[in-house]
Parts: sequence; C-alpha cells; structure tokens
Amino acid sequence: MAPTSEHEPLGPPDEQRSPALTRRGFLSKGAATIAGVSAVAAALSPLRNLDPADRPTLEKLLQKHYKEMTPEDKQRVLERIARQVEARYHVRPDVQDPPPLKGVEFVYALNISRCIGCRKCVYACVKENNPSRAPEIQYIRVLQMEKGSIDVEGSNHHYDPPQVPEHDSFYMPVQCHQCSKPPCVKVCPVEATWQEPDGITVIDYDWCIGCRYCEAACPYWARRFNFAEPQVPAEELNPDMAYLSNRPRTKGVMEKCTYCLHRVRRGRMPACVEVCPTGSRKFGNVLDPDSEVSYILREKRVYILKQDIGTLPRFFYYFDERGSRYHEPIAPVGPGGRT
Amino acid sequence: MRRYLTFLWECMRISFVGDWRYHLWMTILTIIALIGLYAYCEQLVYGLVTTGMTDQVSWGMYIANFTYLVGLAAAAAMLVIPVYVYRNMHLYDVVIFGELLAVAVIIMCLLFVTVDLGRPDRFLHLFQRFNFPLSMLTWDVIALNGYLLLNVHICGYLIYTAYCERRPSPLFYVPFVFIAIIWAVTIHTVTAFLYVGLGGRPFWNSAIIAPRFLASAFAAGPSFIILTLQIVRRVTTHHVSDEALLTLRRIVQVAMVINIFLLGCELFTEFYTDSAHVASARYLYLGLHGHAALVPWIWTAIVFDGLATVLLIVPASRGLPLLNAACVLAIFGIWIEKGMGLIVPAFVPTPLGEIVEYQPTIRETLICFGIWAFGLLLYTIFVRISVPVLSGQLTYRKRFGQPAD
Repeated sequence: MAPTSEHEPLGPPDEQRSPALTRRGFLSKGAATIAGVSAVAAALSPLRNLDPADRPTLEKLLQKHYKEMTPEDKQRVLERIARQVEARYHVRPDVQDPPPLKGVEFVYALNISRCIGCRKCVYACVKENNPSRAPEIQYIRVLQMEKGSIDVEGSNHHYDPPQVPEHDSFYMPVQCHQCSKPPCVKVCPVEATWQEPDGITVIDYDWCIGCRYCEAACPYWARRFNFAEPQVPAEELNPDMAYLSNRPRTKGVMEKCTYCLHRVRRGRMPACVEVCPTGSRKFGNVLDPDSEVSYILREKRVYILKQDIGTLPRFFYYFDERGSRYHEPIAPVGPGGRT
Repeated sequence: MRRYLTFLWECMRISFVGDWRYHLWMTILTIIALIGLYAYCEQLVYGLVTTGMTDQVSWGMYIANFTYLVGLAAAAAMLVIPVYVYRNMHLYDVVIFGELLAVAVIIMCLLFVTVDLGRPDRFLHLFQRFNFPLSMLTWDVIALNGYLLLNVHICGYLIYTAYCERRPSPLFYVPFVFIAIIWAVTIHTVTAFLYVGLGGRPFWNSAIIAPRFLASAFAAGPSFIILTLQIVRRVTTHHVSDEALLTLRRIVQVAMVINIFLLGCELFTEFYTDSAHVASARYLYLGLHGHAALVPWIWTAIVFDGLATVLLIVPASRGLPLLNAACVLAIFGIWIEKGMGLIVPAFVPTPLGEIVEYQPTIRETLICFGIWAFGLLLYTIFVRISVPVLSGQLTYRKRFGQPAD
C-alpha cells in the first residue's frame, strides 16, 4: 500500500540531488527496468509455440460476417478455405456454399420403438462431418433408458454391452433439435449462429468468439466446443465440404449438427439417416404434405423432448402403433467406428 | 492540456515511488500477475483444453470469479448512496475509494471474460455485429463498460481537480454519481439475467437469482471496503473515521440478513417441492449419485455466511477485530456461494442427465490468481495516487512552483 508522507519525495526530482545519488538511482532504475522487461518477455514466451495458422492475419481480420459477404467475397473465402485444407491435410477439398432450397423446411423424426442403440449414426456422423477425433467430438448422444419412463436424468450414456438392444431398455438418440425458437441463437452476442430459411441453425466458424454462451443455453446439450486444435486424420477427412457445415474447424469455436446441410440441400439424406440399419430415422421436408415426415407428424404418436421449455424443435420422436422391434440383436459400434 | 499530460505523467511516476513495504507488495503482485500472463499465453497456444472445463461443464472458475467480482463492484454504490442520497457525511472522505475499487474490479471482470473466450482475437466482432437487445451478453458488455467509464470519469475528474487545486464543479460529476448508482444496480441485474434467462438450466431459471445477487453483492462489496479502508488508514495519512466503518457495518449487516433470508427461500422452494428440477441443487448441497465435489465448499460458504451474519448482528462487532472477522467470513463465504456455487451446479447434471464434475486445473487457477493480483496492483496504484493528491500534498503548483490557473 501507499507509504506515509514522510517517505514521499514531493520536492523536485533527482536533478537537484548529489550526482552520486543520481548515478546510483539511475543504475538501480536501469536494473529494475531490465528485470521488468525480461520478466514480461518470459511471461509472453509461450507464444513462440503458437501455431502459425493461429496468428491473426489481415485477411482473417477483414473477413466479413457470412451474411454480409458478396458472392465474390464468398468465392474468395471458399478458395482460401480450400487452400488451407489442402496445405494441412494434402487433400484437395470441394468447398461449397449450397443455398437453402425454396419451399423447404427440414424436419427429423426418430422412431423410438425401433431404435436399437447401435450407435452407427454416431460414427457415420463423425465420418461425414469432420469433427475432431482427439479430443473426441460427437454430435449424437444415444441415451439408454429403462422401459417405463422417458427421463433423461436416469439415462445411461455410456452403455457398453456385447449386444444391443438389451432386454427391457429402449434407446433415445439426441442431437441438435434445430429449434424454431433457438435459445442458442438468441444468446449469441455476435450473431455467429443463426437459423437458415430451411430451419437449420448454423454457425459461422470464422465469426464465433468462443464464449460458449450458446452451449449453456442449449436445452438439448447439442453444441460442442473445440477446447483444443481439432485432430482429424487426413485419410479420414471428408473432402465434400460446405462453409456452414463440415469444413474443418479451428480451436476455440463452437460446432453442432447441421442435418448434414451440404448433403440435404443437394437432395441427399443426412449421414445418420442413411446409415441407420433399422430405419428408425426419417428426414424430409415438412412443407411437402406427401413427405414421409409429414405423414409421421400427421398419423403417428409423436413425442417432443422437453416440450415444456417451448423451443419448438424440428426433431420429433415417435412410436409405432404396435410396440415392436423388428431387428435381430447386433453388436454395437466401438469407439474406433468399427462394426 | 499540457497540465493534464503532466498529471498523467505524475501519476505514472508516483506509482513507482514508495517505501520498501510498498515496493515489496508491488513486486509480489507483479510476479503473480506475470505468472498468470504466462499461463494465459499457454492457454492461447493450446486452447481452453488447458482448463478443467468440458462440453458438459462449459463455464468454470473464470465465469465464477467474473460473477463474484461484478458483485464486488457494488461497493461503490453502497458508499455513494449514504453520502449523496442520505447526506451521511461520515463516508464523504472515503467515497472515492469505493469508486476506485469499482474501476479496478470492473477491469478484472473484463479480464475474466476475456480469458474465458475461445477466440479473443475476434473480440472486434462485437463491434461489427452486436446482437443487441436479444443477447443478454451484449447488455452486460454495455452495463460493465458503462459502469467503468462512469467511475473512471468521476474519480479522474475529482483527482485531477484536486491536483489543479480547483474546486470540482458539481455539474461535472454529481449527475454522473447518480447515474452510477442506478448503473450499479443494473450491472448486477443484467449479470444475473445472463443466467436467469436460460430455460434449459432450471438451477438458474429462477426469479430469485437477481435479488440474491444484489443482496450478496451489497454484503461482499462493503465488507471488502471496510478492510481496505483500515489498510489505507494504517499506511497513509488519509483520515478514515470509525463512524465511516460503522456505517458500512450496518449496510453489510442488513444485506447479509437479506441474503440469508433469500437463500432460505431458495432452499425451501427447491427441496420441499423436490421435483426433477432439484437435481442441480441436490448436487450442490448433498451430492448426486456419489458425485459431491462442491458439497464441502457450499457448506463452508453457508457456515461462513451464517457466522458472519451472527457476528454482524451482535453489538460486539462494533469493535473492529470482530467486525474484520465478520467481513473476512462474508467475503469468502460469498465468493464460494456466488462463484463456484452459482455457476458450476447449473451444468451438473447436463440437460441430458449426464454427471461430469468440474475440477479446475493449475493453469486455470494461476490465471485467476494473476488477474486478482493485477486487480490489486491497479487498486494499490489508484490509492497511491489519490491519497497525496486529494490531501493536497501533491499538486501542480507545489510540484512546479507555478499557480495552476
């Protein structure tokens, strides 16, 4: 704390004192300055190990928010991303920005009566979307529940039996619910995440500041954060990429399920739908009355997870009329993605 | 203009001048702050994986300290209100120390938010696409920076006029003092709303969080000031009357009682109802399915809060030793309760029912210590400058022998 006034040199400073004192004062001040500067330098020294790709560049600094980009800007950015991916993974990617289709609103329906909890969807999703393998990021979490209640709190996230389904259990895969009133979008301070016209909530990975407020806001635990530089083996990289979905992320940003935006906007099914061996996963355009999802929402018994929170998800669970599981037991997928 | 630059230079110079105790204290703080900076540089290189945070518990010590410090910044308002609203002149001489504390503490708050960011290099995006008024975080950015500016202006103006030996013109600071009072309430309310507005987190989604936040802030802030003022009184010539300390004691007393009452309301609602929403509270107070990392902490906090309240109520705490003990207990109790006790349990269990516990890492802890040291360093410098200037020992005239016209 501050000293008492007796110690305080309030008079004119050094020049009026004896030369010896001035020299001594000068030397000690100099030594203190050198010590101070070297201490600061030492404190900053870890920055030497900063990945060159992480250094702020003018190009990155000037990059606009996705919604403000002109078509030329977009082209340049897609070009830069392709260049960076090639430099890092030695794979030439096809980075696109497919626009939302007119008159389309995507909806997902998942048959809880049929799901056997094999986690094939989890690993198909990882293979498709280029999330980090270490630390491991997965968009889909399959909950094992005992028959008799739908209570996530009593669910088992880490079930690992030799064969699924287990007797007296049912399975509830959870991923981004693409809410119509998404709390994650509301809370983002920089509008780095928003809802597209086709109902998919996306993230501009080049705009996210990594505050993780959206992660706290999500009632479905659907968002993931890159706590470290994501690691994806080059041979596992999916080169079919889109700006708003599966292009490689950097550390310090959020990511999430986008219903495989780069596939579904080009008329393909999400990877998790395609891989499901039991046909539990249905996906389509809810605005088309003839689509499978429209039929399910119209005719089936539908359950909305955490409906009381009122975020109006575009993800529905449904049940078969005759509670039945048609599939024979199979071995679940292990952590390496093997069947 | 030249005089103002001289003033700034003078402030710089004087913060390096002092006796050996001052130098020792400042050196220790600088070393801790630099160790924190070192740890932060490592975090910049490797990412937030250097912390104990996970996708399950995505906010930890940084946001906990941030939340607590927003409360501490209330100290200023609790000194200002008696002086400017109720004309209680006991506190008149010390009100500036509260405002200076607010400045240092808000800077710490901003640092804690910054170290929590995954991409601090992109903070400029806030200026380019500011999601106002939808995102409560943008409200908080405005509230905190506004409060910082108000207090910097008030303190800077008062100290500078003293340096020039002019009478401060009330027009230039009194309106700001009143704005700052209201603003002090808003920084807590807005920070509480940051958490309260999330429907997916039942532990936070309760109207009582904001009032509790204010009550605990008005207890912890003035407690901190009571201790600080005694240190100022001991090591400087600045006059601090016992009456000033006792006025603050009454504020802390009332705030603590309200805080305990609101805590009781919350506990009753959670545990008597005993609905599915109680899981987080159960985790915090009793442990959940064998996971109980926070239980010893929160009970320590409750014992500290309770003891502090009892001590503050009994007349014996008009004596300084007991009052100081109560203040220390209140500061630590509320730090646990408003920090870790408010932030972490909301993430346990996750919205999907998974239980993952949070354990801060050494690097994360060093960064927290670094920011605390830096904040104390700033506050020491502020006090170091303001004491001789406000007492008239250090003025432009005395220093340069010219009248400050």
